[in-house]
Amino acid sequence: MSVALHMPVLQVVVPLLSAPLAVLARRGSLPFMFTTAAAWFAFATSIALWMEVEHGAVLSYFIGSWPAPWGIEYRVDRLSALFLLLVSGLAAVVLPYSRRSIQAEIPREQHYLFYALFSLCLAGLLGITVTADAFNIFVFLEIASLSTYVMIALGRDRRALVASYQYLVMGTIGATFFVIGVGLLYLMTGTLNLPDMAERLAAERHTRPVLAALAFITVGLSLKLALFPLHQWLPNAYTYAPSAVTAFLAGTATKVSLYVLVRFYYSVFGESLVFRHLPLPEIMLLLSLAAMFVASGIAIFQRDFKKLLAWSSIGQIGYITLGLSFDTVTGLTASLVNLFNQAVTKCGLFLLLGGAVIVAGGSTLERLAGLGRTMPLTSFGIVIGGLGLIGVPGTAGFISKWYLVLAALERGEWWLVFAVLLSSLLAVAYVWRFVEAAYFRPAPPGRPPRREAPASLLIPAWLMIAASVYFGLDTSVTVGSASGAAEMLIGVKK
Amino acid sequence: MNAASHFSYWATICLMVMGLFIVMARANLIKKLVGLAIFQTSIYLLYIAPGKLIGGTAPIIADGFSVYSNPLPHVLILTAIVVGIAVLALGLALVVRIREAYDSIEEDEILAAEERQP
Repeated sequence: MSVALHMPVLQVVVPLLSAPLAVLARRGSLPFMFTTAAAWFAFATSIALWMEVEHGAVLSYFIGSWPAPWGIEYRVDRLSALFLLLVSGLAAVVLPYSRRSIQAEIPREQHYLFYALFSLCLAGLLGITVTADAFNIFVFLEIASLSTYVMIALGRDRRALVASYQYLVMGTIGATFFVIGVGLLYLMTGTLNLPDMAERLAAERHTRPVLAALAFITVGLSLKLALFPLHQWLPNAYTYAPSAVTAFLAGTATKVSLYVLVRFYYSVFGESLVFRHLPLPEIMLLLSLAAMFVASGIAIFQRDFKKLLAWSSIGQIGYITLGLSFDTVTGLTASLVNLFNQAVTKCGLFLLLGGAVIVAGGSTLERLAGLGRTMPLTSFGIVIGGLGLIGVPGTAGFISKWYLVLAALERGEWWLVFAVLLSSLLAVAYVWRFVEAAYFRPAPPGRPPRREAPASLLIPAWLMIAASVYFGLDTSVTVGSASGAAEMLIGVKK
Repeated sequence: MNAASHFSYWATICLMVMGLFIVMARANLIKKLVGLAIFQTSIYLLYIAPGKLIGGTAPIIADGFSVYSNPLPHVLILTAIVVGIAVLALGLALVVRIREAYDSIEEDEILAAEERQP
């Protein structure tokens, strides 16, 4: 089985190749087919990789057969396998959806470019999760980001251009901060391979350049993952991007940046430096709480439902970093489970909303009024997804909040339990705004009496919503691999 | 170890702070991109300067040479330059499109136009 040995690299190479193929094919449905085939291939490969590392094995792949500290190493362990599964799975669902959805949003002659960009973005995101080379992470980060900026700018509204520009400036500052941090680490250790770097850092852990590198990497990645005060690029970018792009980004872009942060904290710097010697957990705790309350509060007052969901994403990132700030196995598990469930739920919500936008002609709550009667399947799906955001038992959101509460109790922080409950109440408020508009207000005049979104849009969207309910009932996949990854990172032996 | 021996670091930090300041302080979209480019350029210096040893040669084993400079930063920065060009090109292309759509490249005018839009 020689092909199986190359799975870690094929994961990245196949989507990367499908981008030029899509550009060359240009017309017809070939670009769509290349990209979708690449995404499904990546998904199948990531399932195979996930099953292989599920019991603690670590796969190493040396590019060009150059051994590790010299050549670039691709490395799949339990943490990266979970993210590979998430990113490629979302791409495999969003792509079939995008075919119908971009017909309404992007001019026909630009469709092939959309697919090429989507492939590049997918290759970049998968590359970030699979590589064990610090500079390689930066390059993949930029591949993913550059294609993201263009995909956002493809939105019909002219505000999409400004949103994309703002994201470009903020994203580049973030990536540059990250690369400054990597540069300082390289100066101190002389290596870019992450495991090798971790070993050599042990000797000079408390020197000033290493602490500066930690600060630069933390701030840079916080910009990329939209941690609370660094989130300004996110609401407009999510609101004005085409629906398929928003759905994919909401589930992957910020999440993969979080992966890099977790990877650097636990696999490179080591938790004792990050969490014991610096006031980082306290700062992260405060910022997470601020995100949970301020962003969710702002979400309540949005007129545009897409923007409302974008603000809710910023609030949900607060939950994820809150779990991270605990620095316990339960906390990290909560954080990873939260990230996975939130990605699936948000992706489903944005997909459903995309269908509603095509039929109703806009995403403002006035436009969506009466949706419960005219588009019953779509609005029922949005309500279920919304229940997931609140964390009602039976949805994936409940599982993530349950673990977060467990982690808080484990540290004896009772007040945090109340904070989580209170901010869930804010989620009730913003989800209620949709329920009120869709079920208790009459449809605006001139809307066709009963018209659902096309099946090609409904099926992928409902697949995600069904997945978010499934992960709320059967937690063996999410909690199993998240706690496995957390134990591996913190170094607990079972 | 005096201030002059750290000259390259001083230059790096000056460029870095200048670039970042321009990005934050200027409202003109093109000037922001110029700041961003300066900021990114400072990183090239951060990587390249420490790789050079005074009196060091290219890392080829030969008689009479024992001090070698590190070539790896150059390779890394070659990649970073390509990334920087791509970012700058995309940023400028976006500014062209923004000017077509808003008839302005001043941030405050664009934000004002956005607020008037329903």
